[in-house]
Amino acid sequence: MTQQNVTTSESDDDSSTASPEPGSGIASNGTAEAETTTTRSVIESRNLDVYYGEERALQEIDIEIPAEKVTAIIGPSGCGKSTFLRCINRMNDLVDSARVEGELLFEGKNVYDADVDPVALRRRIGMVFQAPNPFPKSIYDNVAYGLRVQDDTENLDERVETALRRAALWDEVNDRLDESALDLSGGQQQRLCIARAIAPDPDVLLMDEPASALDPVATSQIEDLIEELAQDYTVVIVTHNMQQAARISDKTAVFLTGGELVEFDDTSVVFENPEHQRVEDYITGKFG
Amino acid sequence: MATDTRDSTSFERVSRAKDIAFEYLTLGATLLGIVALAVLLSYVAVDAVGWLNWQFLTSPPHPMPEKAGIFPALVGSIFLMLLIALITFPLGVGAAVYLEEYAPDSRLTKFIQLNIANLAGVPSVVYGLLGLGLFVQLVSLGYGSLLVAGFTISLLILPIVIISAQEAIQSVPDSMRQASYGMGATKWQTIKNVVLPESLPGILTGTILALGRAIGETAPLIMIGAPTTVFGVPNGPLAKISAMPMQIYTWAEYPDKAFQHGVLAAGVVTLLVVLLSINSIAILIRNRYQTQS
Repeated sequence: MTQQNVTTSESDDDSSTASPEPGSGIASNGTAEAETTTTRSVIESRNLDVYYGEERALQEIDIEIPAEKVTAIIGPSGCGKSTFLRCINRMNDLVDSARVEGELLFEGKNVYDADVDPVALRRRIGMVFQAPNPFPKSIYDNVAYGLRVQDDTENLDERVETALRRAALWDEVNDRLDESALDLSGGQQQRLCIARAIAPDPDVLLMDEPASALDPVATSQIEDLIEELAQDYTVVIVTHNMQQAARISDKTAVFLTGGELVEFDDTSVVFENPEHQRVEDYITGKFG
Repeated sequence: MATDTRDSTSFERVSRAKDIAFEYLTLGATLLGIVALAVLLSYVAVDAVGWLNWQFLTSPPHPMPEKAGIFPALVGSIFLMLLIALITFPLGVGAAVYLEEYAPDSRLTKFIQLNIANLAGVPSVVYGLLGLGLFVQLVSLGYGSLLVAGFTISLLILPIVIISAQEAIQSVPDSMRQASYGMGATKWQTIKNVVLPESLPGILTGTILALGRAIGETAPLIMIGAPTTVFGVPNGPLAKISAMPMQIYTWAEYPDKAFQHGVLAAGVVTLLVVLLSINSIAILIRNRYQTQS
């Protein structure tokens, strides 16, 4: 996938992306939109702060993440990029000391509202972790896990197959679905985790450095896969690999030390003509 | 990194005297315990020859050493073990799951945790006193009954079961829980589908080893008034029971040399065989699950 979908404003095949949504904050007044996208935003944060105990991990993050695009979050270690990712599906709730202030809107709804059940939220947002973490169960049971916990087991075989095909793993495992997932190679395990995450057909796929524990071949397979998936899913990927962000993402957010979002723009702009000197220094390798 | 004062091509032997001395010291420490145990076991085994036979295993106690048997005590021990397993497994695993997965990281939790560790170190005779006061006198379940013995020894090994189950649950990688929660699983679904299946081998091993300790206990049985000799198999939960260690203790007091050596030795071997079988089962379970994952 290239940058074309970022710069084209018309979407002839899908009306939902062409017309401004009520909940979308961007591109609704139609001024000077020729060069920018009219895609609605799925995830939007307003003044988002996160604290671990007394320590402030994210500072006043304002961001709008577009639908059906790949948004990369890059930045040096400890800049809060994983923390931000884990705010989206409220995985930070599992950390006792974590506290969130501000708003994080998912489809226009603040996920930190009292009437939002984090379990229900996570059922619409898939997540892939840094190190492959398949369950010590069969390949089939791994992919079926999300559907089973949601009590949604109609056409289970078919949906497991679909998920494995979309994760580009079906051809390698279709004759041994009942074997342990732990017998797969690291790259296969990570694709299995992607299959597991997309099997319940979530709206968004969060990926936390999904290729950092893999060799170059497996990494490039995962990258190809992410570009494929972005045709149907909104993908938010945290990576410390800037080339990876440049290769696969449409939008790039740069977090810098202290938990600040310093720059957020089309990937080509961030990498070729960043607005801030600090971002340029980071991208060109002067620090980080 | 040769310095100026050292000849950089000299690799003369470095003295290993302390190394060798220490190696033999540790070897001695290892052997001392094992040799003492081996001597004891062979001594008992030799004494048991001729006494440990089918008649011994299937007969009730008898004043004549040739006719004496361990059957009621053997069955009593097995009943007791089953009852203890039924009580301690659900309670122990339940407490461990609560403490590891649900309990907040508060002072109260730490206090409870500390006290469970302390309870594991309380002498068994104290649990016997508790059983006597609580189950015999307060609840009136009868002196030396199967229920009282089962409840009392369950209390005794419960802390051990809880602690070993907690260790097994802690050993489940957090990435597994994260994966499950990330898929939109509830806490219960995560515990049921991921945490318990993963920790079950460890939990079972710990529970079975604790059961092994339970059936070797004598002091609590004496405290709750278990009879020294029982001639029949317990016919109900309130029936008086004997257990193997109790019966062995009784035989040791008989003046007849044939009891003190032959019958007693046969009883000890029977108890040891049962104990070792239980431990082997624990090891088998652990190995089976380990090779699976």
